[in-house]
Amino acid sequence: MDERTTAALHWPDTIYGQFQRVGIRQVGYVPDAGLSRLIELCVKDPNIHDVVLTTEEEGVGLLAGAALGGQRAALLMQSSGVGNCINMFSLIRNCGFPCLVVITMRGEFAEFNPWQVPMGSITEASLKLCSFLTYRVEDEDDVDSVVGAGCDMAFGSDLPVAIVLSQRLIGRKEWTR
Amino acid sequence: MLDRREFVQELLVDRKDLAVVSGLGSPTYDVAACGDHPFNFYLWGAMGSAAMIGLGLALAQPALRVLVLTGDGEALMGLGSLATIGVKQPANLVIVVLDNQHYGETGMQPSHTRAGIDLVAVAKACQFADALHVSKIGAVSQIRDLVHSGRGPILVQARISSGAVPRVLPSRDGHAVKLRFMGAVSRLTPDA
Repeated sequence: MDERTTAALHWPDTIYGQFQRVGIRQVGYVPDAGLSRLIELCVKDPNIHDVVLTTEEEGVGLLAGAALGGQRAALLMQSSGVGNCINMFSLIRNCGFPCLVVITMRGEFAEFNPWQVPMGSITEASLKLCSFLTYRVEDEDDVDSVVGAGCDMAFGSDLPVAIVLSQRLIGRKEWTR
Repeated sequence: MLDRREFVQELLVDRKDLAVVSGLGSPTYDVAACGDHPFNFYLWGAMGSAAMIGLGLALAQPALRVLVLTGDGEALMGLGSLATIGVKQPANLVIVVLDNQHYGETGMQPSHTRAGIDLVAVAKACQFADALHVSKIGAVSQIRDLVHSGRGPILVQARISSGAVPRVLPSRDGHAVKLRFMGAVSRLTPDA
């Protein structure tokens, strides 16, 4: 098992550790292979309401409702899901809800499917247009500090924050079967 | 057919700590017409999100009764969320769709329900605990009971007449409405 493979097994646990630290109580997600371990950890946690969504935009409403009820929430999605959320993000901006989105990238490093490229190539720019702070993670050594900082900005400052996990971090092995 | 203002007025009588999320357009005006309330969260946009806001709130506050009051067009835009709610089975969530079979805010174009698309059947297929049609004001006390004590998730498709009613406009300041709502929740559950 090489170093990257070992690390690839650990970054989801690192993110989950940050979720626990800041008290995330609801997690909405559309499944993604890159997120499968993190989703599994959240589903197993009896203190987290895991909500599988039919489309990512549902998660924006979920997160707003959680905040109204005094709970912290996070959304997990693949980069293609960002495009599905654009109008719903108006809820975040107009009301100043904290918003933490963890995004696994497709359509970049070692992508084999050209259909992933159009949305993947504009994911970060789209998020910025929607007034998100975006923090991109390329190296597994940065996951803990970047996700921790993002959580603190989202919930300490009531801001929309996107953690963008690069396809290189997630690991190309997953995509070449 | 129901008069929308009369129906909503009767539905919200003695509402106590009922939380109300109103879908954009006329449902927001209908709720505002009953008087402003800290437990009202008015939507003026984000079409299709009302039911999911209700779900997030219902999961966060299981002791709070949550009513999503929305229109047929708004409900149709968030149809997938009925499946999501069906998976989670929130016992404290009720969705009332004020169905005039038209997009009232944009010039009364017919909606899918006009063609017979049945939201009650969709809710049942999505494993809602209960789903029913209502079209007579005499049934409103039964619906009010469901809102306050029925086991959710419940969807009520309320057939209202499509006549125009005066607009009653609540605050469009999302920050202010949110903070007031959160303050009301925290007073209810100080340790939340």
